[in-house]
Amino acid sequence: MIREYRTIEEVAGPLMLVRQVEGVKYDELGEIELPNGDIRRCRVLEVNGRNVLVQLFESSAGLNLANSKVRFTGHGVQLPVSPNMLGRVFNGMGEPIDNGAKILAEKSMDINGTPINPAARYYPSEFIQTGVSTIDGLNTLVRGQKLPIFSGSGLPHANLAAQIARQAKVRNKDDKFAVVFAAVGITFEEADFFISDFKRTGAIDRTVLFINLASDPAIERISTPRMALTAAEYLAFECDMHVLVIITDITNYAEALREVSAARKEVPGRRGYPGYLYTDLATMYERAGRKMGSEGSITMIPILTMPEDDKTHPIPDLTGYITEGQIILSRELYRKGYLPPVDVLPSLSRLKDKGLGVGKTREDHADTMNQLFSAYARGKEAKELMVVLGEAALTPIDRLYAKFADAFEAEYIHQGFYENRSIEETLDLGWKLLSILPKSEMKRIKPHLLEKYWCGKD
Amino acid sequence: MVEGKILKVSGPLVVAEGMREANMFDVVRVGEKRLIGEIIEIHGDRASIQVYEETAGIGRGDKVVSTGAPLSVELGPGLLENIYDGIQRPLETMRLRVGPNLTRGIDEPALDREKRWHFEATVKAGDRVEAGDVYGTVAENDVILHKIMVQPDLCGTVVDIRSGDFKVTDRIGRLKLDNGTMRDITLVQKWPVRVARPYRQKLPPVDPMITGQRVIDALFPIAKGGTACVPGPFGSGKTVVQHQLAKWSDVDLVVYIGCGERGNEMTDVLREFPELIDPKTGKSLMARTVLIANTSDMPVAAREASIYTGITIAEYFRDMGYSVAVIADSTSRWAEALREMSGRLEEMPGEEGYPAYLTSRLAQFYERAGKVVCLGSDQREGALSAIGAVSPQGGDISEPVSQATLRIVKVFWGLDASLAYRRHFPAINWLNSYSLYRDRLADWFSEKVSQKWMDYTGRCLKILQLEADLQEIVKLVGMDSLSPEDRLTLDVAQSIREDFLQQNAFVDVDAYTPLEKQYEMLSLIFLYEEQAKAAIAAGVSVDDICALPLHERIGRAKTAQNESYKSEFAAIADEIKAQIDALRASVGEELK
Repeated sequence: MIREYRTIEEVAGPLMLVRQVEGVKYDELGEIELPNGDIRRCRVLEVNGRNVLVQLFESSAGLNLANSKVRFTGHGVQLPVSPNMLGRVFNGMGEPIDNGAKILAEKSMDINGTPINPAARYYPSEFIQTGVSTIDGLNTLVRGQKLPIFSGSGLPHANLAAQIARQAKVRNKDDKFAVVFAAVGITFEEADFFISDFKRTGAIDRTVLFINLASDPAIERISTPRMALTAAEYLAFECDMHVLVIITDITNYAEALREVSAARKEVPGRRGYPGYLYTDLATMYERAGRKMGSEGSITMIPILTMPEDDKTHPIPDLTGYITEGQIILSRELYRKGYLPPVDVLPSLSRLKDKGLGVGKTREDHADTMNQLFSAYARGKEAKELMVVLGEAALTPIDRLYAKFADAFEAEYIHQGFYENRSIEETLDLGWKLLSILPKSEMKRIKPHLLEKYWCGKD
Repeated sequence: MVEGKILKVSGPLVVAEGMREANMFDVVRVGEKRLIGEIIEIHGDRASIQVYEETAGIGRGDKVVSTGAPLSVELGPGLLENIYDGIQRPLETMRLRVGPNLTRGIDEPALDREKRWHFEATVKAGDRVEAGDVYGTVAENDVILHKIMVQPDLCGTVVDIRSGDFKVTDRIGRLKLDNGTMRDITLVQKWPVRVARPYRQKLPPVDPMITGQRVIDALFPIAKGGTACVPGPFGSGKTVVQHQLAKWSDVDLVVYIGCGERGNEMTDVLREFPELIDPKTGKSLMARTVLIANTSDMPVAAREASIYTGITIAEYFRDMGYSVAVIADSTSRWAEALREMSGRLEEMPGEEGYPAYLTSRLAQFYERAGKVVCLGSDQREGALSAIGAVSPQGGDISEPVSQATLRIVKVFWGLDASLAYRRHFPAINWLNSYSLYRDRLADWFSEKVSQKWMDYTGRCLKILQLEADLQEIVKLVGMDSLSPEDRLTLDVAQSIREDFLQQNAFVDVDAYTPLEKQYEMLSLIFLYEEQAKAAIAAGVSVDDICALPLHERIGRAKTAQNESYKSEFAAIADEIKAQIDALRASVGEELK
């Protein structure tokens, strides 16, 4: 039997205290009925004797202590799922907002999910060709990886994410592929950019969208990414699809979390974010992967804007500790007009080593990658020196490295958002650029590969 | 059996009343699902409990039952090659039972109850045994001989004992204690994780733990029984360093604790180790490994317990007389779990919200490492080395966890993001890392490797320091202002960095370098330095020397096969002499 309570004692920010309840469980979903008949949802944050502290998912406007009623549903927050979700648009709480038919749910899933047993994971190793040289060649993405884009305000992270969603494919395979997109507190324009891009390319039919716009209640943002991930888990692990999840923007999510934490008067960690931010982010990011007993996979590309472009800010910092690498965008390259402006040196894909090489990409991939990295790093150092002391102060070899760095940025990094390069094109381009340098500098490339692919002077 | 009722639930913290009779740190079962928890505070009738599983669905009035025993691990045959969660539940068995996701309230014994082990008794009826004495052995796999020992708190006379095939819980004999009580002897014993297992005596560590990682063995070595930490920002290669240590260290056994880190990393270890061959035994690396995995999405309280679970298992093997390494990745996540519980208990926070007891807890953990004389009458020696990764926010090691760790450990391998960006791996910064064992291990290296070892490695450190100073000058006034000798120093430093310190963990021949070969590599570099110095003194231009093709030969020395590098190195040495002699000869010609 579901009981109703009229014992709301306090409402403050996103939190509400209800007294004299019986049998309410931790993390249970509650519904608040306003005097005008509106239904708002909430979740139990703490049970303390007969009092419960709940967190509202929506705004508290119109809530009235005397006449509002609360009932608890006996289960956590759930998302009804079905294969028919593809092609549909939902709000941040998982309700359809595209005026389409109601979703006939196959089942309801708890949005918090359960941790994957590490002994039941498959190690991700299937190369995904994104058509972007800086990713395919240097920071290879594999199926089941979580690879965030660290961006800054005003940088074209949306274009890059859309390009990846458009071009990503596993070569020689024709698998069922889907995109789950979660907009967390972004503007209408940005969300519209994605939606129209999906529509234009026809990808919309295999896309599920969860939209929480900047104007929607901030507190809803805490569940939006979890809704999206629950849908992704259903599609990946029960419908055996390969799902690409794009979540933008994690910074807004973390801020909503901070709001709740501050309202609860918890001891803050760095910059006012709660001490459990790492654990909380991990419970989302770790839902990416592949696991035994199902064919599908979840590959995740969360996007976050670094406040002040500061990589040591808690949000990018903690994200970097959980995700398997990061793609960092550079303002400097963007100003130079190089698109996508991927800052190659601090970017990283931790899973690349198992996703490249013979049978996956090409035998020379690993060695050229290392060589390109170190040559570009040295070239950049040489250029810095050149700024201080002038070109004449460089040794002849450093001058070549500087030249290499320029060419690398202009040809390898710069490709625009609509060029789709195959991995062979990317690798060949790498060899072409390396041939600016003398052959004796190719210390990181194995002699037999050098023999086979070297296209410069001997 | 104390039974109470829940009053309060706040995340992993549960408060129950009616618990006056319960003991501190007793394990309790919470709610209908019988979730596992531990009492961490008692106020009168109320006990605060940290629950090791997700508490959703728990509410007021649910039952809490104390088991009357502290959080303990099962120690016996079957530990090796296994993967456990933070409170020693076998993940592989759980996968088979409940599928790929973790469900709550599962009771699964840590050691397989059905498997039979062959036990060979080494004592006989009537023998007097004391704590730590060995009853007999079980060959757990073809690498590790598992010694079944008298529990650390018992001594008495063996009444009967037999060899044969047994399950871990079978009675293999009986022990009569001095006070006359009889105890069954089984293959398994239990030990509370928060209590260090006793030993007879601690010894100073004097043998190096050889890791096959050149920058570690040569510049910043760690001793068997020593402690080390690896702090670094994300992306600097902490986990790769930790994996390399787990793979190649010349210890008998490795306990790898994945504490609040990525699930895929543990999967990587789980899939990769069985295929790797231990250079020491020629057998699979997995045969000497125990994994503890409490990944970042698993419940936070169990993360707190995981490092204790790991080190207790390690101590147990140390007590058999083995050299064991505990590798914890990462202690920062453990500290965060501590912080989260402390916050929920509404304790007064110390720095950055961490509890005031952070330092003492960390110290207690690392102090369980050491080289010891084990219990038991045979005076066997065991060693436990502890290596912890630290993940400082923003890579800034002024934060509390790094600072607390640095005060305790003796070896500091500081990882540097700028090195990682240049793909210099392992990205251990040679300018700020240190090892306090270097001097203590000098005798060993001089005796076992070469008299010149300490000289060479000391010279490396000196040249690298000189390079840093010279680079400052170059940045201000350019390369031309340097003397030929300084130019040569820069060239040698570059060779040390690129040809010696850089090591690719993903290339088979480079992943592990035996000490001999490390020494020979250094010999080549210093042979070049000496020859080049002499040539410069004789008037050869430093530009000509730096442009010699021998650099490439030295650079490729690391890829020579570990079994057959000697002849190749001899050829390189001849090449160095020949090329420099040729230069000197041509200068001589010009002078004439």
